[in-house]
Order: sequence, then structure tokens, then C-alpha cells
Amino acid sequence: MSIVIKNGRVIDPASETDRIADVLIVDGRIAGVAPHLSSPRAEVFDAAGMIVAPGFIDMHVHLREPGFEHAETIESGSRAAAAGGFTSICPMPNTKPVNDSAMVTSYIVESARRKAVVNVFPIGAITKGSAGEELAAIGAMKDAGAVAISDDGLPVMNARVMRRAMEFAKSYGLPVIQHCEDLNLSAGGDMHEGAASVRWGLRGIPAASEDVMVARDLLLAQLTGARYHVAHISTANAVGMVEFARARGLAVTAEATPHHFTLADTGMAPYDSNYKMKPPLRSAGHREAVIAGIASGAIQAIATDHAPHPGSEKMQEFERCPFGIIGMETALGLALEELVAPGRITLCRLVELFTTGPESVLRLGRGTLEPGGPGDVTIFSTDVEWTYDVNQSFSRSRNSPFHGRTFRGGPMATVVNGEVVWRRA
Amino acid sequence: MPAGLLGIEELERAEIEAILARAKDFQPMQSQSLKKLDTLRGKMIVNLFYEASTRTRTSFEIAAKRMGADAVSITASGSSVTKGESLVDTLNTLAAMRPDAIVMRHAASGAPHFLARHLPTPIINAGDGTHEHPTQALLDARTILDRRATLEGLRVAIIGDIAHSRVARSNVHLLSKFGAEIVLCGPASLLPVELADLAPGVRLTTDIREAIRDAGVIMMLRVQLERQHEAAFPASEYFRFYGLRLEHLDLARPDAIVMHPGPINRGRELSSEVADFQRSVILNQVENGIAVRMAVLERIIG
Repeated sequence: MSIVIKNGRVIDPASETDRIADVLIVDGRIAGVAPHLSSPRAEVFDAAGMIVAPGFIDMHVHLREPGFEHAETIESGSRAAAAGGFTSICPMPNTKPVNDSAMVTSYIVESARRKAVVNVFPIGAITKGSAGEELAAIGAMKDAGAVAISDDGLPVMNARVMRRAMEFAKSYGLPVIQHCEDLNLSAGGDMHEGAASVRWGLRGIPAASEDVMVARDLLLAQLTGARYHVAHISTANAVGMVEFARARGLAVTAEATPHHFTLADTGMAPYDSNYKMKPPLRSAGHREAVIAGIASGAIQAIATDHAPHPGSEKMQEFERCPFGIIGMETALGLALEELVAPGRITLCRLVELFTTGPESVLRLGRGTLEPGGPGDVTIFSTDVEWTYDVNQSFSRSRNSPFHGRTFRGGPMATVVNGEVVWRRA
Repeated sequence: MPAGLLGIEELERAEIEAILARAKDFQPMQSQSLKKLDTLRGKMIVNLFYEASTRTRTSFEIAAKRMGADAVSITASGSSVTKGESLVDTLNTLAAMRPDAIVMRHAASGAPHFLARHLPTPIINAGDGTHEHPTQALLDARTILDRRATLEGLRVAIIGDIAHSRVARSNVHLLSKFGAEIVLCGPASLLPVELADLAPGVRLTTDIREAIRDAGVIMMLRVQLERQHEAAFPASEYFRFYGLRLEHLDLARPDAIVMHPGPINRGRELSSEVADFQRSVILNQVENGIAVRMAVLERIIG
């Protein structure tokens, strides 16, 4: 079984490739990247006018399985990933039960092997039940396939527990991913604390609630020498502190979401829960700092924090609605429009943010088109015009603020292990 | 006017002027022996109150009846609300009974705005969380204009728990549209700096004396202990620093009036002497509440 992707502009940051070439995949592995490749009986994909890149990695998603299959399943989430150009996704552990044991990790890996159309690399919990007290079985989860640990939406508030988690994770070679939020400072908040929250009478989540947690964790990362990753970074101070820590040689990384680099709090539709997530949409200044961090290299990865919730839960008073929006299908379109089109980053940098960036955190052995590697390829266009209709989403949920938005540029086809798992109709 | 009345912020100045002028027409009626019109005969208004309220609910009921409409009032206890029905399901059920308007109070900011996007029935906001209370600002403006020719250039001090006050927000929007100078005053933890950007002509102070100096109107807010999710200030010190006492009134203009949306807490946000002070217009506010709500109902469903 083989496929040749012909005539595309191949951008592979890991090998510093940016030229028109063909990509040949044989038996699920990259067999070559060169002009005029062919292979008898190979399926041909004509990528003329398109970009051909290593398969994109979304290192922060919620697949809701096991436990919340009415919102998403591993299968439906993987199809949404494929439609967004992602070939590998990393589900956070806040399922029911929480992925805090080898048994749950194995269940996810096995379920994905049978039903998912993209690669699924689970992230295990830091603490049992993500309760923030007792460490989870980190080593056993790693052996079962976990690629990082995080308590995501339930940040580890106890500094001593976080210190121990970093020590263990380091010995197992895993990164620690933190959703940075001081829960005392943010308690009860529904949106960013600022002019818009005051105007609308909604309780605020101050930027400082993120900043103090990042500051604490960076000191613990220095103390322990652990690899530490800031999830969905959203404030100017957090970006500045990560940049500072990296300059001092700490093994610190960060990701940003498409919604945080696209929207600010003042751009929200008031009381529309499709704009409600954590961290919240910040002010324009914070948004600009996130974009600047992406451009400067302080931020290594774009991750979606794809968080499906069924309509019944999002159709409530704003303060009662759960946090989170879906995002895999719109991520690349937003990155092209908000980062590349205005000239904030190059196309090559964009590809890094979806490939070598997350790879540098997770060490999956992916994110490049080097021969011998996995046959995962993302094919996209910088000028295709398309409109996002959330009612046609592959996700089981519909909670997106980008419904109805027309994009210029987006995914064209997604190839996983040499197989086209999605292509634009 | 749009389908309902959700807030003052989005209202045009001319719209507000029209309501206030019409409310003035209804004022004399309040003291007549025959108080009922048939302007809204055959119309049905549902008052849906998810939060305890005596004066606002009663005021809306009386206003509806004086306009000749039928009114039913539903409070959260004793309805399907306590049986776990979602807000949107409750409202859909009520809307299916074809009322001409739903008057709604809810503890969640934006609840009426959220419903207005999904329901065909006009919604009148009778107070949403810590966001707006538009008819309160309208009745306050009517009360001031009964004593002053214009709001332009008038200095209004609003004192108390500004952060959690929907009365303050609606008043700021209304007064600002008419060119008043607004001074917001309260403990720092209840006075977010972003309030200064709420509307033109707003400034902030934590010093009650500075707020009152040269004020023509002093609006005291109720201390809303039920909206305090934390101890944002030491309650024992509140009256000492932010309670309005007679001696403060010497700093204001000699003809300054004292207002309060009620219900008042004597000894907490104002002294008993101030509550009974001759230039306290608290009961006039209550009376104007009916006239203003009659005008609002007429405009929306008339």
C-alpha cells in the first residue's frame, strides 16, 4: 500500500525543507521526499498549489470518553481532528473515571486503536481523581501509553504535591502540563476580569490568577529540573515569565489556543456561552502578548483545548454554563488568518507550531517527514475559501464561537499512516 | 424600542425622553380615586421573579392593572423552577401561553438577554444579577426631573456596593446619556477601576466626603449582603466609612436630594435621620415606579 502526494510545496521544518516536491509513503512510512517520485500502483494525491507538511499534533484536547460520550467519543473527536488537519491528538485525563491509572490509559489506547482515525496519545492525571492530593500511578500510566501528566482543569493548588509530581515525572521522562489558575483568585469567575466583565455584571477571573500559578510553577521547575509546560497561556505576564525562564535555561514550554490569539473579551457576544472558556478570553493587550509570544518563540505550540459540551449544557444562564469550546476544525484556518496573513509569522513557523513545537514537548517521534518516520501528512491551502458550519461538525457537540465564519485558507486532506482519513469535499 | 426592554445602555436618549414624558402623564392618576385605564385591555403580562422582590414585583403588577392589562406573577418557589426545569424550558412553556410580555427578574446577569435571543415574546428586565435594572433608572430619572429642569451638568453621587449594583449600572448609563457628572463611591474592593470606563462623565472615589461635595443628588445603594461572595470589606466598618449621616449633607448642595432604591437598611447604609430627612425622596421614587412602568408597558405592548 502506497500513496504519493505530488507537486505540493513541502514544508518540513525539522529537515529545513521548503520546496516543491513529492512525498511518497509506503506501508505507512515516509519513503521519500523528492521531485518526481513515483511508485507503481501508488495512489496519487495531486497537491499542486497546496502545502504539504508533517502531520499536525494537537497536544490538548478533550475526547470525553470514557464517561461523557453524549458530548464526544474517541471516534467522533478523532474525525473532527482529521477534518482540522490533525494526525495526532492528546486527550486530557478529565474523563469519568479520570485517567489516573494504567487501566484507564489502556482503555483509551485500545479504544483509539479500534475506532479512531488519527493517532491518540493520552495524557495521564497528576493526582488520583485529579483531586490534587495523592499522586496518580504515573509510571504505570507511562508504560500504558501516557505521554505527559496534567490535572488540566483542576490545577494542582498544593505546591508540595506539585513539587513531588515534577520530581516523579522527571524520573519517568514525562513533561508536566499545568492549567495555570489560582483557584482562590479565580473563584466564581465567569470571564476575564476587566472592562467587559464590569460592564456586563459578570464575575471576573483576573489575569493574576494565571500569573501567580505560572510564577510558582516556574520556581518549582527550577527546583526540580522537571520539564514543565504551560497549557493555553493567556496573559502578558505569563508569556513574559516563560520567556524569562527559557532564557535562563529551564526546560519550560507553552502552548496557545486559536481562540486566545483570535478573540478578546470585548469581542464576545454578551452572555453567549460559546465565548465562555478557561482561561477566559482576555483583553486586547493580553491577546497581543500571546501573538507576540508565538512570533518570538516564547510559545512553542498551538493547541486547541477542544472541549465539547452538549447544547443543553451551553443553553443556560451564562454563569451556569460549563467552560470550553470545540476547536480542532477551525484551528488551522484561524492560525492562517490571524498569524500568517497579517505577517506575524511565516508559513514555516506556523508548521513548526503544529509539528516540531508540540513534538519538542511530548517526544512522540513525530512531527517530521524524514524517511522512515510515520506516514502522517497534513495537506492544506492558504487560499481555499470555506465557511465553518458547526452543524456539519464531526464533533458530537456544537459549542463554537466561529460558526458561520468564512475562512481563507484551511486543511485540504489529512493522511494518517499513509491513509487519507479526510479530504475537503 | 426593540421588542422588549433589556437595559438602559442600548437605549437611545430620545427613547428615554419619551418614556419619561409619558410617565409624567400618568403621575396625576396615581392619586385619583379612579386609577384604571383600558389602554392595555385584553393584554396579558407574566411577571416571572426568580429572586425575592416585593416592591418591584408589586409595582409592575399595579402598573399592568392600572393600564387595564391582566397580570400573573410567578415566583421561583412553588413553580417548576424548583423541580429542576431549565430556564429556557420554563420560558418556552410560558411563551407557549402567548403572554404579550414577560417581566423578569433573575439572579444571573444576562439571563433576560440570553432568553431574548431564543424567545419571540418581549422581555422586560426587572433586574438581572449585577448587570442592569432599567426601570429603576427610569424612575430615578423621573424623580430627579420632578425637582430639576435637566440632568445636564447635575452632579450625582452614587454610594455603596457599586460592583454588585445593577441599580448603579443602569443609572450610570442613563445619567451619562444626559450629560450628568457621576461620582461613584464605595470601598475599594467594591469599586473596580474599570467602572470609570462604563460611560462618559464617570469618576471614582473611595472617600464619601469627596463624593458628596457639591452633589445635587445623593443616591445610596443597598448593601447587598446576598451578592457578596466573599468578605470584600469588613462589615463592621461599613457604616462608619460609607454610611450617610446628616452631617455629610452639609457638604452637598443646599437643595440636594437623597435617593435610595429600597428596601433601606436604617443604620447600615444611611442613618435613620437621613431616611426621614425632608429632602429624602425615597417614597417619591416608589410612587414614580408605577407611572414609569405604565409608560414602559404601554410602549412595549400598547
